Amino acid sequence: MSSKPQDVEALLAQKYRHGFITDIESDSLPPGLDEGVVAAISRKKHEPQFLLDWRLKAFRHWQTMLEPTWAHVHYKPIDYQDISYYSAPRAPANAPKSLDEVDPKLLATYAKLGIPLHERARLAGVAVDAVFDSVSVATTFKEKLGKAGVIFCSFSDAVRDHPQLVERYLGTVVPPGDNFFAALNSAVFSDGSFVYVPPGVRCPMELSTYFRINAAKTGQFERTLIIAAEGASVSYLEGCTAPMRDENQLHAAVVELVALDNAQIKYSTVQNWYPGDENGLGGIYNFVTKRGECRGRDSKISWTQVETGSAITWKYPSCILRGENSIGEFYSVAVANNYQQADTGTKMVHIGRNTKSTIVSKGISAGHAENTYRGLVKILPSAAGARNFTQCDSLLMGPKCAAHTFPYMEVKNPTATVEHEASTSKIGEDQLFYCLQRGISAEDAVNMIVSGFCKVVFKELPMEFAVEAQNLLSVSLEGAVG
Amino acid sequence: MLKITDLSARVAGKDILKGVNLEVRAGEVHAIMGPNGSGKSTLAQVLAGREDYEVTGGTVTFEGRDLLALPAEERARAGLFLGFQYPVEIPGVNNVYLLKAALNAKRKAAGEPEVDAYEFLTLIRQKMKLMHMSDSFLTRGVNEGFSGGEKKRNEVLQMLVLEPKLAILDETDSGLDIDALKVVSAGVNSLRHPERAVVLVTHYQRLLDYIVPDQVHVLSGGRILKSGDSSLAQELERRGYDWVLESQVA
Repeated sequence: MSSKPQDVEALLAQKYRHGFITDIESDSLPPGLDEGVVAAISRKKHEPQFLLDWRLKAFRHWQTMLEPTWAHVHYKPIDYQDISYYSAPRAPANAPKSLDEVDPKLLATYAKLGIPLHERARLAGVAVDAVFDSVSVATTFKEKLGKAGVIFCSFSDAVRDHPQLVERYLGTVVPPGDNFFAALNSAVFSDGSFVYVPPGVRCPMELSTYFRINAAKTGQFERTLIIAAEGASVSYLEGCTAPMRDENQLHAAVVELVALDNAQIKYSTVQNWYPGDENGLGGIYNFVTKRGECRGRDSKISWTQVETGSAITWKYPSCILRGENSIGEFYSVAVANNYQQADTGTKMVHIGRNTKSTIVSKGISAGHAENTYRGLVKILPSAAGARNFTQCDSLLMGPKCAAHTFPYMEVKNPTATVEHEASTSKIGEDQLFYCLQRGISAEDAVNMIVSGFCKVVFKELPMEFAVEAQNLLSVSLEGAVG
Repeated sequence: MLKITDLSARVAGKDILKGVNLEVRAGEVHAIMGPNGSGKSTLAQVLAGREDYEVTGGTVTFEGRDLLALPAEERARAGLFLGFQYPVEIPGVNNVYLLKAALNAKRKAAGEPEVDAYEFLTLIRQKMKLMHMSDSFLTRGVNEGFSGGEKKRNEVLQMLVLEPKLAILDETDSGLDIDALKVVSAGVNSLRHPERAVVLVTHYQRLLDYIVPDQVHVLSGGRILKSGDSSLAQELERRGYDWVLESQVA
């Protein structure tokens, strides 16, 4: 019977659909990390002195730091000397000037992932920056965006073409010494995306970066910096995949968002790094620092994430609400199946008056997975009239998984309002049986129930991603009923 | 249509059904009555194919097929419908979406094409009118925030749309006021047809004033102790169950 747990578990032999390896010649640094490596990365990218100094300072600071242990995740110690900190697909001559010069194997890789880089085959109305291992291989629609005054390019190009903007904003939201992984990233980051939307401009299209890890024994350390100037607005999407490999790979990214007066940034992530196999072998360690600052008044930053991949996720997209009346939002669906571990949530730091934040977190656990929500709502004495609403719901599928909720609140202003709602439910045998009795298959029923559970988050995603997220979710949870 | 022979079943290690025999022919309406804990709901759940109800003996055939060999969803697609005593809430899943998925699953199994969206909406509006349900049911989540009476109406609505061959209604009358009872009864009666059958599980005779059964059975202690025509229900209403139980002991 298809509704029996053991048969359903057979379906759980979930296929990771992006697990292929691209056979391409790479220019890589040997594994190991010291000041020489940091300098070598900087030199390869022809960086100005200020950036090399910044990297070295971060590296020296990192050496004094200890890896954090407070997260509810378990893994063997990472050997930071056994990782290659730079890997780039070898280009025939210099960097490709147009898509026609990009290695066809790379274009094929992205096409296979459903991310066509040729503008004629483009995703309607979405500009894409494609990051392969350590470097950006292509950015589409640069010209069209340029006409609107929007800068959207790889981080390396930004360092070369707009060094003053980079120097002005880099590290102002996530300082180099912020935490262990952010410090490591600051020292060795190789590429990423850069966005600047000038005053009063609504970015005419969705911007997106697609991250792909390919090379073995390589860490990916990308850095994204998005600045929305006064009255500007932008919606940015991020997608991630990696090949199936038996060893764990480290991904330690930093994302910084800056919203000035009346600016809005909407940042959406569909994270599908390789999660490891059904026995917990391999998979990406996703240790990411994402933070946005509502620097100006009446600004707004909204994070939406659908986290289905990675062996370990350690990630807390946060908002610093400095400007008066600024708004921070966090909508999250985190799925953990098999032996995946997710420790994710957000921080909302209210500094300005009448700042508002909303947190909606949906955690889904299946198999032997551990899923933790960790959130901080901090209301400083200056944040008169601040408001927060938090809702954390957990859904358990099967008897061997676990969900944990750690909501922290620090309220230092008596005029603030903080609300918290939480629930944990098992995917009801009753709900499942109800659907089966109506003739709906177990698989469809689970998809339906889970989508219903996640609906409030999915509706925050841009259209193109909502569909992808829905599909991802059903792949990740295929047959995860026990 | 449905033939139950010596059916025994166990729930959580406890024997509940201890040899049930029942035959339901096409066109008939049967009522199963009995005191609390007699096994009425267990019988309904076992017939619908609930996993954690373990069948320990006996056979059930549905239109000549071995019903117990089919998984729950295939029983449903073959035309067996259970109206739940406590319909479950599925937050975020649209009521109509679920119903459409159910109808399409059934049509697919029968080799028919999926229902056209416009056609479906017309059909569902017509049935909703019959059930005195407001348009808000179209947009709400499955049973989400429904009152007890609304949930029961929703069960009957689903039944009317799916047009099962055999409908088993588990205490669909409980918790209904008299107006709602009339609406629900009218809905069930509208489905009566020479090729369909209905099994009503109920505590109260009053439902049977509106849906007159061909046969009434008393289930107690996991067995059917007595069967008769609709006058048996009236007698039960007057005299309670004790005399049936006592006559059995004697």
